[in-house]
Amino acid sequence: MTGHTSQDPELLRRLLRAKDRMDVASHEEWPVERLARVSRVSKAHFARSFKDAFGVPPHRYLLTRRIERARTLLRDTELSITDIAFQTGWKSLGTFGRIFRDITGESPGQLRTREKATPHELDRVPACYLSAAHRPNLINAVSEKRRREAKVKNKATR
Amino acid sequence: MSQGVGIVGLYVRDQDEALKFYVEKLGFRVHTDSRNGDYRWLTVQHPDQPSFQLGLYKPGPPVLDAATAQTLSEIVAKGAMPPLVLVVDDCRVAYKRMHAAGVEFTQEPVTRYGSTDASFRDPSGNGWKLIEARKGAA
Repeated sequence: MTGHTSQDPELLRRLLRAKDRMDVASHEEWPVERLARVSRVSKAHFARSFKDAFGVPPHRYLLTRRIERARTLLRDTELSITDIAFQTGWKSLGTFGRIFRDITGESPGQLRTREKATPHELDRVPACYLSAAHRPNLINAVSEKRRREAKVKNKATR
Repeated sequence: MSQGVGIVGLYVRDQDEALKFYVEKLGFRVHTDSRNGDYRWLTVQHPDQPSFQLGLYKPGPPVLDAATAQTLSEIVAKGAMPPLVLVVDDCRVAYKRMHAAGVEFTQEPVTRYGSTDASFRDPSGNGWKLIEARKGAA
């Protein structure tokens, strides 16, 4: 882990613009070129500065937003899981299910059943801020997590 | 009412820019603008809320050392300061007016859970929710 690197506030403000754009349209495709354009920096500079500023690479940030959105829809709507997968930006139901499980530890269906059975006491929080409270904390890459779990499994069977 | 919260402050990157934004684009009024050397005490007020002032402060000397000021400026520019809420009678009408004035919206008005809200940022990066007052709410 590297320590805090000082960044130009003017650059950070422009990086924030790219983050805001992903927040409001996480179902869209956000290749680095597009994000870099929003922030008015080069592609190479964007990826590195974004991670320095927000702690995660831009693509991983986008995944957390999509999962967060999917969780909200599972909890608050009667939309089918297929509809939710496509509405939140996944091209295949299989990928959605796998990444969802990797990040939240349960399948979309399990989460829906559990959430619907649990009463919520968050009525006093402005609804728009609620989703942030349910944002998954994605510190490790999904693939890293899968690798680690595989390792544990291998050890167990040895 | 004589008791309660009187002033809450925001950190901004440039007080002139912030003043222009909150007065010209959001319709606030200047309450106090007083200078002493490099130091400038600046507060604005919502026209309907005479008992509350919003402070617009630039982190820096003489109050803070340069390194602390730099850290705070970074935090503000990253949008990491706490959320702010501006309550309006009609979110879509307010959105239209503010958008036309050049306010940077990060979310257009959306109606959900029986209320309409939008999001915008001030030039420094402070994030605001524009929320429609619930009809009949106290």
